[in-house]
Amino acid sequence: MEIKADTTVCIGAGMCALTAPQVFDQSEDDGTVMLLQPAPPADQEDAVRRAVTLCPSGAISIA
Amino acid sequence: MSDLTLTTGRERPFDPPDVYTRIRQQAAVHRMTYSDGHEGWLVTGYDEDRAVLADPRFSNRPELMHPPFARPGFKPEDTGRFRTPPGFFLRMDEPEHARYRKLLTGQFTVRRMKLLEPRIREIAESCLDAMESARRPADLVEAFALPIPSLVICELLGVPYEDRARFQDESRKMLTLESKADDVIAALGRMSAYLAGLITRKRARPADDLLSGLVAGGELNDEELTGVAILLLIAGHETTANMLGLGTYALLTNPDQLAAMRDDPSVVDNGVEELLRYLTIIHLGPVRAALEDVEIGGRLIRKGDSVTLHLPVVNRDPDRFADPGTLDVARPVGGHLAFGHGIHQCLGQQLARIEMRIGYAALLRRFPGLRLAVPPDEVPMRTDMSIYGVHRLPVTW
Repeated sequence: MEIKADTTVCIGAGMCALTAPQVFDQSEDDGTVMLLQPAPPADQEDAVRRAVTLCPSGAISIA
Repeated sequence: MSDLTLTTGRERPFDPPDVYTRIRQQAAVHRMTYSDGHEGWLVTGYDEDRAVLADPRFSNRPELMHPPFARPGFKPEDTGRFRTPPGFFLRMDEPEHARYRKLLTGQFTVRRMKLLEPRIREIAESCLDAMESARRPADLVEAFALPIPSLVICELLGVPYEDRARFQDESRKMLTLESKADDVIAALGRMSAYLAGLITRKRARPADDLLSGLVAGGELNDEELTGVAILLLIAGHETTANMLGLGTYALLTNPDQLAAMRDDPSVVDNGVEELLRYLTIIHLGPVRAALEDVEIGGRLIRKGDSVTLHLPVVNRDPDRFADPGTLDVARPVGGHLAFGHGIHQCLGQQLARIEMRIGYAALLRRFPGLRLAVPPDEVPMRTDMSIYGVHRLPVTW
């Protein structure tokens, strides 16, 4: 699994960092998404899928 | 003309009005008559609601919208008297909205909010200390549900809590559906004047708080700073306070659910999400205006039409949530729309989550014998306010 994040549409709601904190964080500056693991291990894949569904602005996707 | 209109009156305190639950069984998108006679739309389906809220072809600018609900104190000509104040980015579209929101999102991240936990815990415990030593019965709204978010948002923004009588009263007038338009405008004016004065003081004597930081950032003028401050102060008070009050009422009338959260603190985080879903206190909208023709749920929504999203009904869509009318604090509940969806999804949601998690855990631990001090049907409900909840919650222990 490979994740793509688009900080230009991210609104910093934090759903990704809440749902999959080992994979996503938020910038201290403007709260936008930061990828800690662009290719997360298998045990994170469910959480990543949930985070993608929950993201309110469509800023993260699975490539 | 459609017979369907928007109402806040309910048959039962925790369930959305039956009429919307009934029509949801036929369709997800419905014609609805707005208070000015406009033939617009009401959305009751989960997928359709998300589609509207995520679509930039739907605007959140109030001047493009028809009023879905007749405020009894408003005359038809009053609607046009309301304009979005500078900086009040909730009611702006992109790119204006992002300019303001980006200045704030760094202050409301999951990690930042986690740093506030020890202080929020102190605040919650001190409210409960005061409640414990006061006379029984107590009003849980006054002792617990309102002061916790109020103290927290005041400290975060840098608003003196001792001034709360000024902005809590003004906020209440603005959100009371029966208020006359003149009174709403006057209340907004007084709140703006108060916050403009505060911003002037922050410029002269900056402190370690959010408003001082925004002033020092230099990107917003004083009018914009005032609009941002109004939005954050009202949103920070009225939402979490009502979720704590209404949620406690729901738990007290569902004792098995209360016991599940009290006896196993690891259930609390999930229980908070379920309470958000089950109670969904935003009961009058949001509303959007179509900027062009858009098809949603098989219906063609024309450019200029207003669309109302019924979040309490949407959060009980049986296609999305099994047995949606049952409060089940252990259910897997991700994906509720209590904080909205799309670019306007609640900026303060991570703060609200932490306040509720800490608040409920502390309340249930400290008052294991908490119970209503009046019959359940005598709890006064906020059907007369733009944000739902309880006016008071008499409790004893």
